[in-house]
Amino acid sequence: MSIAYLGLSEINGPLIALEGVQDAMYDEIVELTVEGLNGKEKKIGRIIEIYEDKAIIQVFEGTENMSLNNTHTRLTGHPLEITLSEDMLGRTFNGIGQPIDNMGSVVSDIKRDVNGKPLNPVTREYPRNYIRTGVSAIDGLTTLIRGQKLPIFSGNGLPHNQLAAQIVKQASLGDDTDDELVVVFAAMGVKYDVAEFFRSTFEESRVLDHVVMFLNLANDPVVERLITPKVALTTAEYLAFDCGKQVLVILTDMTSYAEALREVSSSKGEIPSRKGYPGYLYSEFATIYERAGIVKNSNGSVTQIPILSMPNDDITHPIPDLTGYITEGQIVLDRQMHGQAIYPPINVLPSLSRLMKDGIGEGYTREDHQDVANQLFSAYAKVGEARALASVIGEDELSASDKKYLEFGRAFETQFVGQAEYENRDIITTLNLGWKLLHILPKEELDRIDTKIMDKYYDLSAEE
Amino acid sequence: MKSGLIFGINGPVIYIKGRTEFLMGEMVYVSEEKLVGEVISLTDNMTTIQVYEETSGLKPGDKVYGTDRAIFVTLAPGILNNIFDGIERPLGAIADNSGIYISRGISVDSLDTEKLWDVNIKVKEGQTVFPGTVIAEVPETRAIVHKSMVPPKTEGVVVKAAPSGQYTINDTIAVIRLDDGTERELTLTQRWPIRVPRPTLKRFPSSKPLVTGQRILDTLFPIAKGGTAAVPGGFGTGKTMTQHQIAKWSDADIIVYIGCGERGNEMTQVLEDFSKLVDPKSGNPLMDRTVLIANTSNMPVAAREASIYTGITLAEYYRDMGYHVAIMADSTSRWAEALRELSGRLEEMPAEEGFPAYLASKLSAFYERAGYFKNLNHTEGSVSIIGAVSPQGGDFSEPVTQNTKRFVRCFWGLDKSLAYARHFPAIHWLTSYSEYLGDLAPWYNENVGSDFVSCRNQILALLNQESNLIEIVKLIGSDVLPDDQKLTLEIARIIRLGFLQQNAFHKEDTCVPLEKQLKMMQTILYLNTKCKALIAMGMPVSVLKRHNIFERIIAIKYDVPNDRLDMFDGYREEIDRFYDKVIQENA
Repeated sequence: MSIAYLGLSEINGPLIALEGVQDAMYDEIVELTVEGLNGKEKKIGRIIEIYEDKAIIQVFEGTENMSLNNTHTRLTGHPLEITLSEDMLGRTFNGIGQPIDNMGSVVSDIKRDVNGKPLNPVTREYPRNYIRTGVSAIDGLTTLIRGQKLPIFSGNGLPHNQLAAQIVKQASLGDDTDDELVVVFAAMGVKYDVAEFFRSTFEESRVLDHVVMFLNLANDPVVERLITPKVALTTAEYLAFDCGKQVLVILTDMTSYAEALREVSSSKGEIPSRKGYPGYLYSEFATIYERAGIVKNSNGSVTQIPILSMPNDDITHPIPDLTGYITEGQIVLDRQMHGQAIYPPINVLPSLSRLMKDGIGEGYTREDHQDVANQLFSAYAKVGEARALASVIGEDELSASDKKYLEFGRAFETQFVGQAEYENRDIITTLNLGWKLLHILPKEELDRIDTKIMDKYYDLSAEE
Repeated sequence: MKSGLIFGINGPVIYIKGRTEFLMGEMVYVSEEKLVGEVISLTDNMTTIQVYEETSGLKPGDKVYGTDRAIFVTLAPGILNNIFDGIERPLGAIADNSGIYISRGISVDSLDTEKLWDVNIKVKEGQTVFPGTVIAEVPETRAIVHKSMVPPKTEGVVVKAAPSGQYTINDTIAVIRLDDGTERELTLTQRWPIRVPRPTLKRFPSSKPLVTGQRILDTLFPIAKGGTAAVPGGFGTGKTMTQHQIAKWSDADIIVYIGCGERGNEMTQVLEDFSKLVDPKSGNPLMDRTVLIANTSNMPVAAREASIYTGITLAEYYRDMGYHVAIMADSTSRWAEALRELSGRLEEMPAEEGFPAYLASKLSAFYERAGYFKNLNHTEGSVSIIGAVSPQGGDFSEPVTQNTKRFVRCFWGLDKSLAYARHFPAIHWLTSYSEYLGDLAPWYNENVGSDFVSCRNQILALLNQESNLIEIVKLIGSDVLPDDQKLTLEIARIIRLGFLQQNAFHKEDTCVPLEKQLKMMQTILYLNTKCKALIAMGMPVSVLKRHNIFERIIAIKYDVPNDRLDMFDGYREEIDRFYDKVIQENA
C-alpha cells in the first residue's frame, strides 16, 4: 500500500493540484477518497501535468464535495487500465469501465492500458471485405468495409440513432462466412432516452448478449467522457485481435467528447485554437479513430461508426471537419431530406466511403457496382444544377433533358435513398434499383459507364 | 556524458531546471527507456525538450542523457523499398520486435547493419577525393544503383581502398588522409542532421517538366523537375489520390512518400499497391524506387513534426547521387498543426488561428530545399516537392494554405463540387495555376510538339469561356444562347469529360504519355474548328448533336490504347466524314 496524501493545494473545475508528491508519473492514475458529509466517496483522477513535486490531476467524476482538506490521494503507479474478458459481452459499464449492471466485476488476468498504442502500419492489412447493411444509400454509394471508420455526420433531431440501430440489426458479413458481429457501444454524454433506445433495440433484435455497453449519460461527469471511447476501443481491440471477433464499435456522440476536451483545456489555461478547442483536438481524435482496422495474422477486425452532431448543421465546424480528415469517409444526414420525410435522410453528394473502391466489384459485390455508383453520383449532382435553374426560370422553361433530371432526382430520393426502417435490401436489389432509375435519363447522358458494362446490364435491368 | 534531471512534464514536452550543457537542437535520450527527444529551447533556468514518443510513465527526477549530435538520419544502402517512422526507425523491424503495436523506447538500427551488400569500389589508392566523389556503387534494388559518396566537407587522398566484394554498411571500405594529416575511415554510411540542407554547387533554373502522366497536370498546370507544388483540398476531394497517382506514374527516379499525420490504412495501401504495381520504365515493382515515411495521425506528434525533414534529407541524399527525386508530403497541414500543438505546449504567443508566428518561415525553409542542382560531384539531380494541404473547412483563406501559396509555384486547387460530382481528378482549372509554364514551354515545343503550348492555351481559353457562359445559363437557361456559344459549351463538355477527367482505375487511362495528350487536344480542337465552320454556315448545334461524334471523341481516352497513337488519324477522318455528312443532309 503506497502513501496517501492528505489535502490539496488547488481546485479549479475538474482539475486539482497536489503538492509535495514523490515519484508521481506522468499520465498515472490516482485514487481519491473524499470524506464528505455523506460519508466516504471514492473518485479516480489522472495526472495530466507534473512539475517537480506538484501534480495537476484531472478528476473523472468531477470535483463536487471536494475541499482542500477532505481529500486523500493515493498513487496507483500505472496508467488507467481495464480488465478484459470475453465475459464482458452482454454487460453494461459506466464511462470509465466500472460495471453498473449489478453483476459484479469482471474477473480476468488480462489488463490493458486504455490509452492503447498506435498500430504499426506494416502489420495492418488493407481492408477489403464489405459489410452489407441493407441500406441502399450506404451499400450502393458509400459502402461500409470491414475495418473501416465511417462516421455519421448528423444534426440534432435527425434520425442518426435509428440509422445506427438499423445498421447494427441488419449488418451482415456476407453469405460465405459464419462470423458474427459483436458490438461495442460507447455513449458519451447522450440523453437517457437515447441510451435506452439502443438498449431496447439490441434487446428486441436479440443481440444483447453480443453487445458491450459503456454508458456516460448527459448528467454523468463531463471528464469521464474523455475516457469512455478509449475504454470502449481497448475492449474492442481485445475482442478483435485477441479473440478473433468481428467488432463493430458505435461511438455516440463525438461532439460531447470534444466539448469535454475543450472544457478541460480551458480550465488548464491552454491557448485555444479554432472556436476555443485545443490545438491538439486533431491528435486526440486521431488516437480514437485510428484504433480501427484489420491486422495481419488475426481474424478479427474493428470497424467504427462514430456518430457526431454537427453544431448548427455546419460541416465546416472543427468537429466534423477534423473528423472527416481522419476517418475513411462520412455519411452525411440532411435536414432538408428529413423535412421531406425521406428516411434515411442521407445526402449522398457529400457522403463518401474511401475504402469502397477496393471492396466492391467483381468478387465482392457485382462488376457494375463502381460504374453504377459513379453514374448515380454524377447524375444526382446534375439534379442539383437543374433544380437551381428551375428555381430561377421556372420548371416549365427547362430543357427536355433538365426535366428528365428533375424526375430522376425525385425518384432517386424517394425510391433509392428512401426505404423503411426495417427494410433490408440485398446488394443485387440495390444495384438493379440503380439501373432502373437510370432508365429515366436519356441513354446518351450515361457517360460514366463503361461500354461493356452498359451493354451487359442496361437492357437486362429494363426487363425486370 | 552530460545529463540532466526531468523537472516537469506536459504532454510531449519536458523541462529540465537550471543551466545545462545541452546544445540547441541536440538529440537526447530520456529516462532509462531511452525515449528519443530533441532540445528545442535553452534559457538560464530551464531547458525544454520535445520527446518523439509517448511520455506516459515518465517522472520528475528521471535522467536525460545528451548525445552531442543534432537529430540525424543514417544514409546508406537499405533506404529504398523500406518504411520508416518520422525519425527513421524501420517499422518492419519494430513489428518484428514488438508485434502489431508500436511500443516505446525501442532501440533498433535505422538500417540493416548485418546485411551484406555487393559493393563495387570505385576509388583507387593514391586518388584524391572530394566531397561527393563516388567511392562505391551498390545495387540497392533491382532499379536503383546506390552511390556511396565522400561526405560533405571531407577531402583528401585515398591511402587504402578495399577490393570490391561483399560488405555491411558499417565495414570500412576506404581510408583517406585529410589535409591536416589525420586519417579517416569511410564506410557505406553517412549521417546528416535532418534540419540542415545538404550542400550543392549551384542551383539551375527549372527547364524540364516532371512528367506525371496526368493530363490536367502535364498539360494545363505542369510542374518542373526541382519544382514545388501544393495540392490543397477539403476532405474527400482527392489529395491523397493525386499524390498516389504522381508517386506511381511520374518520371522521377526516386519517390519519397511522407505520410505525415494521415491514416494508417493509407500507408498500408501504398505499401501493398506499390509492392504489386510494376514501374512501366524499369519493369520492377514500384517499391524498388520508393521509400515511405509513415507517421500516422495517432503516432506521437513531435515525430510528425520531424517526419518531413527526415523525408527531405533522404531525398537530398539521393539527389546527390544524380537522381531526380520527388517528395510527396501528405499532409503539410498536419505538420503545421504539430508545430501549433508544440507551440501551444510551450505557451508561445500565437499568431493567426493559434499557429505560431514562425509558421511562414518554417514553410518557406522547407519548400526552398527543392530545386534542380549541380551536386558537389558535378552530377545533376533534383528534388521536387508536392505538398498536400488540408485546409480547415475546405477554406483556402486559412494560414497554412495562404503561406504555402507564397512559396510554391504550382497550385493545384481541389474543388469540393467537382468531387461531389465524382469528377476526378477534382483539380479546378479556374483556381489552379502553374508558374512553370513559361520555363517549360521550350521543352514542350521541342520534345512533344511545336503546337503543344498553343493547344494548351486554346483548351484553357475554352474552359474559361465556358465558365462565363455558365453564369448566363444559370440565369436564363441554355436554350436561348446563340449557336456558337452553345458549341463552346459542347466542346468544353468534351474537354471536361474526355480530357480533364481521368480514371485512375482504368488500365490505359491511369497514366497517359505526353504524345497522346497532345493528340487528344489536337483532335478536340480540330472538331471545334470543323463544328465552328458548320455553325457559320447556319447549322444549329442540335443538328450536329444528332451524330455520335461528340461521344466518340469523349471515349478516346478509353478506346485508344497508349501505344496505338496511329488510331488518331482515324478520328480525324471520322470528323471529316461527319463534316461532309452534315453538309450533305442539310444542304
